Amino acid sequence: MNARDDMLTRVKAALAMLPERAKLPDWDSELAVARKLVEHRDPFDDFAERIKFANAMVMTDLAAVAAFLKNGGWLRGYCDPVLKPQFAAAFGPEFSLETEFDRTRVDDFAFGITRAAGGIAETGTIILNDTLTSRRLGALTPWVHIAVLPRSQILRTMTDAVLAFGTDPNVIWVTGPSKTADIEGILIEGVHGPGVQIALVL
Amino acid sequence: MSASPIDSFAAHLKQETHDSVYKSTKATHEKRTKVLFDHFPDANRLREIAGEIKQHVIENLDTFLPAVEEKLRANGVQVHWAPDAEAANQAVLAIMRKRNATKIVKAKTMVSEETELAHFLEKNGVECLETDLGEFIVQIDHDHPSHIVRPIIHKSRREVAVSFEKNGLGAYNDDPNVITQRARVFLRQKYLEADVGLTGANFVVAESGRLVLVTNEGNSRFCLAATRCHIAMVGIEKILPRDRDLALLLNLLARSATAQQLTVYTEFITGPRQPTQPDGPDEMHVIFVDNGRIDVLATECRDILRCIRCGACLNVCPVYRQASGHAYRSVYPGPVGAVLSPLLAKEKFSTLADLPKASSLCGACQEVCPVNIPIPDLLLRLRDKNKRAHGPSSGTPPMGAWSVLASQPAAWKAAMALGGAINHVPRILMPGPLRKWEDYRTLPPWRGGKFRQWMKNRPAPKGKS
Repeated sequence: MNARDDMLTRVKAALAMLPERAKLPDWDSELAVARKLVEHRDPFDDFAERIKFANAMVMTDLAAVAAFLKNGGWLRGYCDPVLKPQFAAAFGPEFSLETEFDRTRVDDFAFGITRAAGGIAETGTIILNDTLTSRRLGALTPWVHIAVLPRSQILRTMTDAVLAFGTDPNVIWVTGPSKTADIEGILIEGVHGPGVQIALVL
Repeated sequence: MSASPIDSFAAHLKQETHDSVYKSTKATHEKRTKVLFDHFPDANRLREIAGEIKQHVIENLDTFLPAVEEKLRANGVQVHWAPDAEAANQAVLAIMRKRNATKIVKAKTMVSEETELAHFLEKNGVECLETDLGEFIVQIDHDHPSHIVRPIIHKSRREVAVSFEKNGLGAYNDDPNVITQRARVFLRQKYLEADVGLTGANFVVAESGRLVLVTNEGNSRFCLAATRCHIAMVGIEKILPRDRDLALLLNLLARSATAQQLTVYTEFITGPRQPTQPDGPDEMHVIFVDNGRIDVLATECRDILRCIRCGACLNVCPVYRQASGHAYRSVYPGPVGAVLSPLLAKEKFSTLADLPKASSLCGACQEVCPVNIPIPDLLLRLRDKNKRAHGPSSGTPPMGAWSVLASQPAAWKAAMALGGAINHVPRILMPGPLRKWEDYRTLPPWRGGKFRQWMKNRPAPKGKS
């Protein structure tokens, strides 16, 4: 008998002695919503408030993003080719926006600009997926990540976002910058992923 | 009679380690309680429902496992089955050899700690690097994790700085920010050089075949952005029935583990990358690992298989806080480990039989458990199991003398009268077993006989002559 069949046979035998099996509870999805975090207002307002709790930033125009990057000295980065014309026009000549991500020089990209599928108001979460993210590495390795998402795609709750998974093979919920508290419980941001996470809501 | 091993570990714990473990577990526990009960009007109901869902899963694994396998295959994932640690490790090695791969980066997975995968691969000429910061530090120190979520809770920043210096990662600097940046720079080259990324899975959803991974650092994202092949090593109990159950379990997991609303990165993976996506694996494997779980399923302690590895029971446990993780001498410390580790140890059960006894049965572990595991009940079942297998245990004073006294009133009276003498015996002159017992405990002053005295002298009840 192969390992698979052997394991399944043993599982069956282990469960055979149970007089009855535990039932699957049919719970109300509303129970898992942190109601206090979802108010009866524009989901964008909740989103903008929650994202700050996770220490990420929300911006609503390209000029603000450009000013922030300039201020931090982050002038060279990766940009999704689809977004390039729009950003090049707004950012001006002092920025260098590359549409090819060269993995032999990851550290040359101080920022990465990619498209996101939407957001979650309840938790201030950005939803990325494989279809819209032009390069997984471009959204991950730069110090600053700018996720560009449409205002209409901010969902109210995590449950709504679960129901919206669709068929994309790689959905990532991003709630704040990369962080660790491994060393003496001290919070450090920017471990393997971005140290600065921005949602640009248009 | 000798002290049980966990007592000895606790007694010899460095004060510095004790204090840092105590402080940080307490702080995390308090924050957890706040974010859970502030956000949900009836958080305990959530724990109960989550517990019922997971109990349903483990009691129906015979149908869930083939169902999830079918979904995974349909999604383009190759499925492997590993009855034990050796088989799981060999499966990883076989995949690597087939691809002529020599380098693997791995995210944190407890099941790979069970199988000692990194060690196995290195022995077989594969470069295997832990990428979670805590696990990376454990690896370069040849140490063991001491907490499920916080592997280096037992280390100070000074110790980390010393091992970074020793391993050529820069001159001594104990600023956690500098340490983290050095690890960032070093590890990103390793991801980019690696052929294979290995992860665990926090959940696998039966109805969709969706693998769910949660990390704060982004290391599992990097493992799945830089490499061409993804291997997930998954314990057979990790299944959830439906996608919608995720909203509940993710809310509970983040709050219970790290007192966050949601972990920074939650990845939902159903297969190899989209054809239009330039980065990431085009080949994906899931290895379902038994390694003792099916044996646990056959016992009255099967409820422990609900565990989602959040570490909340460690943080709240008065014993873990005093003893720290290494005292449990196994992959899973704390209350969950006191149940799971002796069971997974199989024929070596007796070497860890002191763990179920290292509990005051205060019940805090069950109260915080996001899947409501009745840990105190399970600890009692294991104590019983050990008693039946081995008779009287070390660490408990013999009860024979007590039973003689308790059955003969005259002897009891005499003992009560004479017992006070023990208050005046210097420790060095005490009988051997008692002296030994006192190594880790303090005998309270003798106050025997007081009740009889009170009974005799009490005023006569009113209304009676």
